[in-house]
Amino acid sequence: MARRARLVGQGVAIGLVVLLFALLAWSLVRSEGGDLAAAAARGERPRAPGFTLERLDREGELRLESLRGQVVVLNFWASWCIPCKEEAPYLERIWREHRERGVVVVGLDAKDFRRDARAFVRRYGLTFPIVYDGPGDTLSAYGVTGFPETFVLDPDGRVVEAFIGAIDTDPDRARLRAALERALGR
Amino acid sequence: MRRVLLVALLLPAALALGAAAASPPSAAELEAELVCPVCETTLDQSNAPVAERMKAFIRERIAAGDSEQEIKDALVAEFGPGVLARPPQGGFGLLAWLLPLAALAGGGIAAILLVRAWSRRRGPLEPEPPLAPELERRVDEELARFEG
Repeated sequence: MARRARLVGQGVAIGLVVLLFALLAWSLVRSEGGDLAAAAARGERPRAPGFTLERLDREGELRLESLRGQVVVLNFWASWCIPCKEEAPYLERIWREHRERGVVVVGLDAKDFRRDARAFVRRYGLTFPIVYDGPGDTLSAYGVTGFPETFVLDPDGRVVEAFIGAIDTDPDRARLRAALERALGR
Repeated sequence: MRRVLLVALLLPAALALGAAAASPPSAAELEAELVCPVCETTLDQSNAPVAERMKAFIRERIAAGDSEQEIKDALVAEFGPGVLARPPQGGFGLLAWLLPLAALAGGGIAAILLVRAWSRRRGPLEPEPPLAPELERRVDEELARFEG
């Protein structure tokens, strides 16, 4: 009986250790999104995680996969983020300049009130598609740790370039334009 | 007579419950029960911009006459169930309440099994062997000297 109890105890302890390792592995896999920007910087083209989110600029939802065949500038923002306010007019300009060439800017508003996000869109006259992720579930998939962050996706849905922070300097803007040309295959 | 007594006993409790239901929720209490989605501390501990917006929203909704539950529901609709400091007592959230209890019960059962196993392994206590006569005599002498 004592031997059996000891074996059961050992089995439980080993099971707990295996469970903790499984949790560690799972958390590492989940945080893999953080590598998207690093992989893009190395010249790789990691696949952008898909999503289907509610639209704020109109009724309905937007599925990222539905934009295959177009170059996507995916911008993570929130209305309370100050650098996002400075960056928004430039993204609108990019959208207007390049939309005829198959470029679509998508604003992904996260951890925000819908009405604040809508007010932001009106205030800055944004006309590109805006989606809403209040709980911020997509952030970990992309490894987004702050706002704004921007990802340029090629027509196959792969990340060509990533920007941590606002695209508000001349070198950043030149890098964005170069990324668009690369993604367009030119 | 018995009915009158029953009403007299229950009326104050019913009035107290009614008053509690009618009183507006407290912003301080709500801020301690809701989590900032950016810094993941309760709102009363956070001064992140989104937390400040949430606090303003709570005050606005209290002024508009919303109940505590209506305010919480509105914030969950915006930010998801993660804004609740205490998980909901139903659905998947129930796991957060049941798992610690299950772990406690499992630990208790494991402790009982181990104690039973150890007590059986040791067996019954055997009487101590008697002292040798010479040693017993010396102990008595030492005790007598010590007490005398």
